[in-house]
Amino acid sequence: MKSFTVLQGIVAPMDRANVDTDLIIPKQFLKSIKRSGFGPYLFDEVRYLDQGEPGQDCTNRPINVDFALNQARYKNAAVLLARENFGCGSSREHAPWALEDFGFHCIIAPSFADIFFNNCFKNGILPIELDANVVDGLFAEMYANEGYSMTVDLATQTIKTSLGETINFEVDEFRKHCLFNGLDDIALTLKSADAIRAYEQGWREKSPWLFDVIK
Amino acid sequence: MSGQTLYDKLWHSHLVEERDNDCGLIYIDRQLIHEVTSPQAFEGLRIAGRQPWRVDANFAVPDHNVPTELHERSGGVAGIIDPISRLQVQTLDDNCRDFDILEFQVNDVRQGIVHVVGPEQGVTLPGMTIVCGDSHTSTHGALGALAQGIGTSEVEHVMATQCLLQQRMKNMLVRVDGTLQAGVTAKDVVLAIIGEIGTAGGTHHAIEFGGEVVRALSMEGRMTICNMAIEAGARVGLIGVDDITIEYVKGRPYAPTDEQWDRAVAAWRELHSDDDAHFDRVVELRGEDIVPQVTWGTSPEMVLPVSGIIPDPATMDHAGEREATERALQYMGLTPGMAITDIQIDTVFIGSCTNSRIEDLRAAATVIEGKHVAPTVKRALVVPGSGQIKQQAEEEGLDKIFIAAGMEWREPGCSMCLAMNSDKLGVGEHCASTSNRNFEGRQGFGGRTHLVSPAMAAAAAVAGHFVDVRNW
Repeated sequence: MKSFTVLQGIVAPMDRANVDTDLIIPKQFLKSIKRSGFGPYLFDEVRYLDQGEPGQDCTNRPINVDFALNQARYKNAAVLLARENFGCGSSREHAPWALEDFGFHCIIAPSFADIFFNNCFKNGILPIELDANVVDGLFAEMYANEGYSMTVDLATQTIKTSLGETINFEVDEFRKHCLFNGLDDIALTLKSADAIRAYEQGWREKSPWLFDVIK
Repeated sequence: MSGQTLYDKLWHSHLVEERDNDCGLIYIDRQLIHEVTSPQAFEGLRIAGRQPWRVDANFAVPDHNVPTELHERSGGVAGIIDPISRLQVQTLDDNCRDFDILEFQVNDVRQGIVHVVGPEQGVTLPGMTIVCGDSHTSTHGALGALAQGIGTSEVEHVMATQCLLQQRMKNMLVRVDGTLQAGVTAKDVVLAIIGEIGTAGGTHHAIEFGGEVVRALSMEGRMTICNMAIEAGARVGLIGVDDITIEYVKGRPYAPTDEQWDRAVAAWRELHSDDDAHFDRVVELRGEDIVPQVTWGTSPEMVLPVSGIIPDPATMDHAGEREATERALQYMGLTPGMAITDIQIDTVFIGSCTNSRIEDLRAAATVIEGKHVAPTVKRALVVPGSGQIKQQAEEEGLDKIFIAAGMEWREPGCSMCLAMNSDKLGVGEHCASTSNRNFEGRQGFGGRTHLVSPAMAAAAAVAGHFVDVRNW
């Protein structure tokens, strides 16, 4: 698993609530059997004016100049500032894959959808929930200051903005541990293999019909 | 000490190890697999040199990409025209062969949408923990199973460990008492619930649906409701086991039999929330108050009774809500003050894991029998949820009713619900759809989705615009 320690980067906006994973990465790109290469199609339907197709070279596609990520001031952004319920809808992990491939390693929002939130941690992306008022303030500062950036430090759980403000954030201890160290969570769970086997044996005795081989 | 909710019972009975912060390692009884979210998980297993923990806990079926037109479908995997889709379906076949996982392949009569096939075959049973790399896995909660959608990394994790590490959810009860009016269906109930609590209303919660209306629903109606729990933000929807559940499961191909059946039923009888169970949140609706629902916007919470009028953002105080409404109206090509019944329909889609079961098809057929799709409606697709449903519908003559009405009778699959195959909306087309998501572009680039029940979709097909099916 990819690790996250300290991130310094430009902040870019996705300024609307209920951004669904269909918007983050439309379905036609989900036909890929790979984990990589989704970055050029991130937010495809609002980023370009035409309809994107998988495998397409995006360099000459007509872009939506009103869309923030197409604007020079947000070039090479690493932190995405978002609104309520970011990542709702489909469970597609292609959404964090696309965000990560594009260059976003941290997403800040007042709230996230559960499955998306969980998927981020598996892909070296730190999703941070902050009070809606604080997020409002960050949006205002970002719009007012070209080149607005921040340093996100997972160890100290702090965000330091380029205007000098420091904001603390919460993160679950275990998720933090895994993300910071880039741990393989399957290997971690397999440390409990004996407990899983013991549970399984007891459960099989209690509910044998659940262990009928389906063939 | 208060009693336990159904969710708590399922959580505790599957808890392998308790962890800090209300987290736990829970055992997974069944993993459902489809072609879109599994290839990277299988690849991960191969790269790490891992084997599935328990092969026979897994079951696979291709559904998202499969063509639904007979001429393309009849060629099997090799006949899929889009090479990228073909490779993805072929990769599922290859992975299931290599790892010895049971798969119903594309032209097996048992093939269908994974969330339709699981319950239909008895692959889904009450009391199970079930995962699938698909958010509509919440559907299976209708059988009293703890079922949820997960990402591909977790698909791989469950394959390798048979466990999922997660935080315990909070408990929400949505109780719908009273009775439903004629013409009002499970789909209208769940859309009304989403309209009430919002698309993030169930975040961090398992939603249990109860009350007289839910108890009176068939299993198929219950599946429609649990299917859309995720549209209210809840990964898990649940309905307690009763006689209707047990009757439904009985005799399914993979359901237990003989003395195993008796033992299973005895255990399943416990799968309901205790009378004194504590819920973190309770929401109550009256069945009589629910009328046929139609979504007008780009989030399932943007929903109104069919008698409603399109909202005016200018009257909204909250800036975020105003902007979201403006954006939705622009995308949908609608104007404030317009009646829902004045929305003209270009396409009708009857299908998806929400509404493609036999009762859904019967409801649509009843409405459309002896009538014809309006000349302004360019296309009306009926896509059964599985090969077995298709067969049953044909035995009942439903296919003939649809075809006579000018609708297309298709092969089973996810189809236009998410338009990963060639069934897509064109730019600007309004669709009366029995699916579950009205997101921008969901059913095709620039497409405009209105979520409705099968009866409402069929009535809209005939009228060319939305009509109140209660007056049909």
